[in-house]
Amino acid sequence: MYALIQEHGLDDYYRLKDRRGVPAPQRGEAGRFDFLNQPEVLRQWADYVDPGRVRVTMRLPAIHCIACLWLLENLGRLHPGILTSRVEFARKELSVDFDPAKLSCSQLASLLVSLGYEPDLRFSDAAARKTSTKPSSLLMRLGLAGFAFGNTMLFSLAAYLGLDSFSGPAFQQLTGWISLALSVPVVTYAAEDYWRSAWNGWRQRVMNIDIPIVAGLAALWLQSTYEWFSRTGEGYFDSLAGLVFFLLCGRWFQKRTYDRIHFDQDYRSFFPMSVSRCGPSESRIALSEVRVGDRLKIRNGEMIPCDGLLLSNAAHIDYSFVTGESEPQRKDWGAWLFAGGKLAGSAIEVECAKPVSESYLTSLWNHETFAKVKHARLNPITDAYSRRFTRLVLTLALVTAACWAPFSPAMAVKAFVSVLIVACPCALALAAPFVFGTAVRALHARGWHLKNGTVLESLALIDSLVFDKTGTLTATGVSPVRWIGPPLTRDESQRIRSLAEQSLHPLSIQITRFLANDSEPVILGNYREIQGCGIEGTVDALPVALGSRRWIMDALTRERSASLAAMNEVGGSSLDHEVHVLMGGAYRGAFVMEAHRAPGLQDLFRRLEPRYALGLLSGDQDRERELFARLLGPRAELRFSQSPFDKLEFIASWHQLGRKVLFAGDGLNDAGALKQAEVGLAVTQESGAFCPASDMIADRRQLQHLDHLLTFARQSIRIIRQAFAISALYNAVVIAIAASGQLSPVVCAILMPLSSITVAAFAASRTAWAAKIIPEATEIGKAGVETPLLNPLRA
Amino acid sequence: MSVLLFLIPLSVLFAAGFFAAFLWSVKSGQYRDTVTPPLRVLLEETNVPKRKQEKSSSSRRQPQT
Repeated sequence: MYALIQEHGLDDYYRLKDRRGVPAPQRGEAGRFDFLNQPEVLRQWADYVDPGRVRVTMRLPAIHCIACLWLLENLGRLHPGILTSRVEFARKELSVDFDPAKLSCSQLASLLVSLGYEPDLRFSDAAARKTSTKPSSLLMRLGLAGFAFGNTMLFSLAAYLGLDSFSGPAFQQLTGWISLALSVPVVTYAAEDYWRSAWNGWRQRVMNIDIPIVAGLAALWLQSTYEWFSRTGEGYFDSLAGLVFFLLCGRWFQKRTYDRIHFDQDYRSFFPMSVSRCGPSESRIALSEVRVGDRLKIRNGEMIPCDGLLLSNAAHIDYSFVTGESEPQRKDWGAWLFAGGKLAGSAIEVECAKPVSESYLTSLWNHETFAKVKHARLNPITDAYSRRFTRLVLTLALVTAACWAPFSPAMAVKAFVSVLIVACPCALALAAPFVFGTAVRALHARGWHLKNGTVLESLALIDSLVFDKTGTLTATGVSPVRWIGPPLTRDESQRIRSLAEQSLHPLSIQITRFLANDSEPVILGNYREIQGCGIEGTVDALPVALGSRRWIMDALTRERSASLAAMNEVGGSSLDHEVHVLMGGAYRGAFVMEAHRAPGLQDLFRRLEPRYALGLLSGDQDRERELFARLLGPRAELRFSQSPFDKLEFIASWHQLGRKVLFAGDGLNDAGALKQAEVGLAVTQESGAFCPASDMIADRRQLQHLDHLLTFARQSIRIIRQAFAISALYNAVVIAIAASGQLSPVVCAILMPLSSITVAAFAASRTAWAAKIIPEATEIGKAGVETPLLNPLRA
Repeated sequence: MSVLLFLIPLSVLFAAGFFAAFLWSVKSGQYRDTVTPPLRVLLEETNVPKRKQEKSSSSRRQPQT
């Protein structure tokens, strides 16, 4: 790699690169990217294809510093076929224009791999990019509203100050025409989304916040136009433009999302883009090309992409991601393999028996839960308030009109329209966007990534928490083993190992590994495994037992052994796995294995237990039931050996009890439950891991602050209510003025922006302050920087 | 004061010009990625010798200063 860079005069790369953080990846076998050259894959993949120029965009998770940027943007000097290359840092994406005659797509990918930037090629990304719309239209609407607001305000200010007394009615005429002309695109184009949403709400008989907004807008515009043409006043064009401008500001503030976090991944982003097919000559083919009957070669660490038959002698498959079971399973020749397993060990051959899209794993996505849209309404709390608000305003307007009618019909109409105009729930509509926008940003900085602000509203209502075990509360993998008790002699450890070797229980396997140095197994007799208790047997004429605390203790009590006292002194923390050893009828000591748990769980559950209904769902066997019963408290519901569908049904059954459920899970096996729950929290363990579709993503180490997050969510909803109160106060004052028929454009022009700004400033600052109860992700945040999911600069 | 009748439409036209420039900048994608360009500027001004900048095949999109 150094030679390649040096040769092309790019040695500045090393000057810039202050730390060599990118580990060189293992070299892929030749031809790994060949499938990219196939015309139809290329068509699917490339942004733009032309005989002389092809543009592809790919994600390079290894991009992490300014030197990466520099090297990748100077790719053109490494190969003449590369015309331009451009990095989008926040998304870790590289767009390359190259000449297909000089450089093939697979060569480009290999070049990037040789530089240490392994492209992350996934179909769903390519498909998503093609369909994603540009968010720029909101900016254009905002610009238009701002432009109109500034100009009309300028003219109106002059009019309010009495400028027309100098220049006569001609000036007023001119500015009036301009204001009217500017207001038309503001009402039609800039406020288009509000019209659309109000119309949808009207059709579905849902009173959303946009209906009173649109009513206010229409009243403002019609009244102003009428005043202008009837020469009875200057109209409220400035307030109108200001109103739309502030509304759009709120929307923009809320919408500035972190689109580099992918919330809607499904199984396709989990699978590789290509697999190698065995045949006369081994070749890489795209996943969509795999047909039933194909023989596929799977290498160590690769994913099995479809259900099929194992055509190799023996294999260990890690299904932890699909089932939650943490130990790899051994499969023999001819065994049926499910898609989604990861191979651990030497390469195998698999005969595809079902198309990729029909495998057991992907069938989860065909469940009805995935078909329905989760949030029918966008802002339930705001909508609930706006319903009451609209009714109140309409009543007030009618009452006012009715009061005026006997005295002066003209005054009645004026008062009616005035109330509609000033009561426009601008501040109401601004409160939620500013609270949510600030909250999402503050949480992002603290390691919680929300899909959107509405998740906060759902979070505030949560009263039940359900957790997945493997990958969420615990990590997969080997934990360190400790021996507590008088040191074992060589003979003793040999006996224990001989016994432990017989069992396939994960704890036995770990003990066997721990004692692996003292080899030479001894002859064993009377071997017995008692489910949930332990194992015993006679090793070299000496009875040995390994087992749980209670089992060994019972044995000791039965025999009234003197070593019972010695046993009571031994023990790790209450949450560790313990395997106690009985040798020749006497207590010998214990192996203690710390489970890899997310930190701070014990404290977290102690805080959560009194307030929430807790549940645990695991695909694992129930060998850890006792441990988790202690951890989650006596009221928690624990379910083991759960299939992905069981998990989904469990959440649905809690729904029927009227509970609002948050489900925290990690793997594909949780995808259904994540979708079914009110809030699906995807917990990631390592950088760049796959997260199934969810509402929220968090690092596993942040899980200990979950209760603070829930408190914050409730607080932010309270802040919205307080902002509503402020807006109601303003409205009360202005409606009083309007009802008396004394509303003038000046009062309107001052009070409307003032109330908007007060509410927005209150909402944003109060939320930022409230977010402080969630501990800053100090070390965690820094670790998060390295994950390709996150933006390294803003985190 | 009648000069105002001429100056005001002129000012609106000026402002419209700026508005058009804003629309163009949005449409040409200048707001799509706000992270990379600041970094790029840092790099090319401080770290890359001029000679390379001219030869670079990627000079097409570098700011013409």
